[in-house]
Amino acid sequence: MIALWRHRRARLGLGILGAFAVLAVVGPWLVGDPTAPVARPLSPPSWAHWLGTTGQGQDVLAQTICGARTSLAIGFVVGISQVAIGAVIGACAGVLRGWVDDVLSLLINVFLIMPGLPLMVIIAAYLPTGATTIALVLIVTGWAWSARVIRAQALAIAGKDFVAAARVAGEGRARIVLVEVLPNMTSLLVSACIGATIYAIGAEVALEFLGLGDVAAVTWGTNLYWATNDSALLTGAWWTFVPTGACVALVGFALALVNGAIDEVGNPRLRAEPVFEAAVRRAGRRGAVSTPVLREELP
Amino acid sequence: MTEPLLRVEELSVEYLTATGPVRVLDGVSFVVGRGEVFGLAGESGSGKTTVALAILRLLKAPAAITGGRVWFDGQELTALGDPAMRGVRGRRISLVTQSALDALNPVMPVGAQLGDAISAHHRVRARDRDARVAELLAGVGIDPGRARSYPHELSGGMRQRVVIAMALAQRPPLILMDEPTTALDVIVQRELLTEIARLQAELGFSILFITHDLALMLELCTHIGVLYAGRLAEVAPAQVIGARARHPYTQGLLGCFPDPRAPSLRLAGIPGAPPDPRHPPAGCRFHPRCDRRLPACSAEPPAPRVIAPGHEASCWLP
Amino acid sequence: MSYLLRRLALYAVAAWASITLAFVLPRLMPGDPQTAMFARFEGKMSPEGIAALRDTFGFSDAPLAAQYLTYLGNVATGDLGVSASHFPARVGDVIGAGLVWTLWLTGVAVVLAYAIGTALGVLVAWQRGGWLDAIAPPLLALVGAFPFFWLAMLLLLLFGFTLGWAPVRHAHAAGVEPGWTLAFAWSVVTHAALPALTIVVATVGSWLLDMRNTMIGVLGEDYVTLAHAKGLAPRRVMLRYAARNALLPNITSFGMALGFVLSGSLLTEMVFSYPGLGYLLIGAVRSLDYPLIQGLFLTITLAVLGANLLVDLVYVWLDPRARVRTEAP
Repeated sequence: MIALWRHRRARLGLGILGAFAVLAVVGPWLVGDPTAPVARPLSPPSWAHWLGTTGQGQDVLAQTICGARTSLAIGFVVGISQVAIGAVIGACAGVLRGWVDDVLSLLINVFLIMPGLPLMVIIAAYLPTGATTIALVLIVTGWAWSARVIRAQALAIAGKDFVAAARVAGEGRARIVLVEVLPNMTSLLVSACIGATIYAIGAEVALEFLGLGDVAAVTWGTNLYWATNDSALLTGAWWTFVPTGACVALVGFALALVNGAIDEVGNPRLRAEPVFEAAVRRAGRRGAVSTPVLREELP
Repeated sequence: MTEPLLRVEELSVEYLTATGPVRVLDGVSFVVGRGEVFGLAGESGSGKTTVALAILRLLKAPAAITGGRVWFDGQELTALGDPAMRGVRGRRISLVTQSALDALNPVMPVGAQLGDAISAHHRVRARDRDARVAELLAGVGIDPGRARSYPHELSGGMRQRVVIAMALAQRPPLILMDEPTTALDVIVQRELLTEIARLQAELGFSILFITHDLALMLELCTHIGVLYAGRLAEVAPAQVIGARARHPYTQGLLGCFPDPRAPSLRLAGIPGAPPDPRHPPAGCRFHPRCDRRLPACSAEPPAPRVIAPGHEASCWLP
Repeated sequence: MSYLLRRLALYAVAAWASITLAFVLPRLMPGDPQTAMFARFEGKMSPEGIAALRDTFGFSDAPLAAQYLTYLGNVATGDLGVSASHFPARVGDVIGAGLVWTLWLTGVAVVLAYAIGTALGVLVAWQRGGWLDAIAPPLLALVGAFPFFWLAMLLLLLFGFTLGWAPVRHAHAAGVEPGWTLAFAWSVVTHAALPALTIVVATVGSWLLDMRNTMIGVLGEDYVTLAHAKGLAPRRVMLRYAARNALLPNITSFGMALGFVLSGSLLTEMVFSYPGLGYLLIGAVRSLDYPLIQGLFLTITLAVLGANLLVDLVYVWLDPRARVRTEAP
């Protein structure tokens, strides 16, 4: 955790996430009712309405801020749930092995290989619209990604001595999974959670953009749905869709930064050594292959 | 005195990491003459492999050579640029690495990999190249028909032979052999060593032979250097090491294997573990594990001392 | 060959699962499924249409098992029923027209993005610590975070509406007669330009990072060191020794990501009104054309399975070990 905070890109990512979290919690009290018409439809940004108005004359800034709450909530709930399911299934497959692993692996692979969007669309089309449906659909269609990586890690951990010792000591299987295996892959679980959240926010926005959510609610996805419905592109009303999309992109970017940092902290080889690079550059010895000879140049 | 084939002078290698430089080789010096087999012994982590890769300048970032020079056949390798260095690799000095499974490209037939070694430095007609591949394979005792095989289709011993054939492709005067027999079972190991000795006698190249197995070295090498925690503890002709080793570490290593001719079986071993290269002990790096240490040992690192012509030891013991 | 057999078994199970899912879902609808569903079409469709719909879903008075068998038979013969929104066109015909456009657009864009991203990933990993390695990962993380369809909207607004560099909708100009003519080909290519650009921009970064990370792993392998020790030209070591091996795990993840990429390209089609499967899908969702939704779901899933099979064949061709081993690394 401390190593993560030293990482410059991780700090930037956590900062952006923190800002959005605050916005999602207190934002709706700072702006007016996002659904109320406040000005002429599709008016461009002005001092009164910093981000202009929608095709219904609603304030875009208010909609963007209020949209954050539902979208982020769905994103994080789905991300955590996906990993929880993935952890249980993946760890069971990895620890129990044998036919349990065969069956669970097959299940994981089947869910992995089925294209997400059509699957989500067909499930969402048959269920009543709303945030719960969207969350449910995303959990059902997305858990396999985390299950796959967790299974691989569980296989590796289950082969280690301390798990064998626990087995010999007669510990129950559930206990081995929960106490011995899962706590030993915390960074993987966190990283899977972040990955799942990125996916969930993107997919949630996409589903609502398609009109599969509750179009009366104010979320980032429905903002974009209404923007296209009100022909934002034809009229050149970029302000109706750019702010919301930029928010989605920023959140995803921030999460990706944190995830990349976790990867680099756990696997230092992924990062170039800055000290080495600086020394080589100072000496002007940038060779593609040969080990540099830095004799006097070193401080 | 004529110039030796390879002269390593005060060679130092450091890993330049964000948490500070880590010195893995510290002022290592030795020479390898023409036709000699120089053995470099040491525990894992002592820097044996680093020496070989530093000579070829193939250590990866963040490793850098931070001191000393390497001379080969009158040419200073540590002063060469990328293209000139490439001209040395394979053609003048070649490498045989440990664990031959990882040493061969898994998705390329072994014949093609041998062919690459043959045509690395000059254009060779396809027909000539294939003939040379067959000749090299036959030379190390492999049926030339196996040229089309992939590495995973060969046994461990055969793979190691292929790697040796690859090192011979340009008939270089020096071959660096890094634990060439470690991953193999004893019988195959024996066969392979015989093969290496035969090839060396036949073709007359020099070998830098790296292993942790001092017994094997006494049998094969003309000279031996013992490396401990990045420093050379002792260098001497092989018979001298076998009979009159001076450094307590060398003596400990010799005690690690039973001498069948000795009246009683003695397995001394060396208690303790090699130091962490990030925090090496002050003074002689071996002193925490040494059973005969003096007060000076922990204060000042001992300089190499000439015991007899060709025999040097870095030890404070009289 | 056992590797391929295992994969085939997986595809068979996945195909069966999706076909069955499409049968089960309408029967799981809350309340009385049939009435709920057909109530939506009341007034919109003729009685024949309703009957056709009932027929499509295999709803009848027969026991469930018999309904399932009838349904399986229909799917096996490619009979996906009648589209409600394109009534009386058959679902199969509606999808067939869209499939061609999706295969063309997605196929070209995905292969292009993969080729560019992988090639750049090799270079970035090779020039460790170079300027490209310093700026590429964070920049690509930012672009990769853009929602597909939002990126599509931005590109459409900028290059389509504002700058007018490329056509903004449909797969070819209305005035150009489809056929093997240069004019038509040009029209098709220009119309695909912006949607393809969207897909390439949105995905190229993930291929780059993926290849960079596997390359860095492979560059630490002994066979790369030994290839250098042979004195080979750096280019040859990079391509034939390092990249050739890094490609293997990379291809596997390419196969797994295909479904995800296709989902994105379907969304892109919607923004550009590109008459592929994605455009059909949004139309079907908005008009609640259940037979078409179901048909599209099956078609897209089977297409992804087919594409994965192709990826497997490439994998087996590239990795001599896959012919003897049962599982990919």
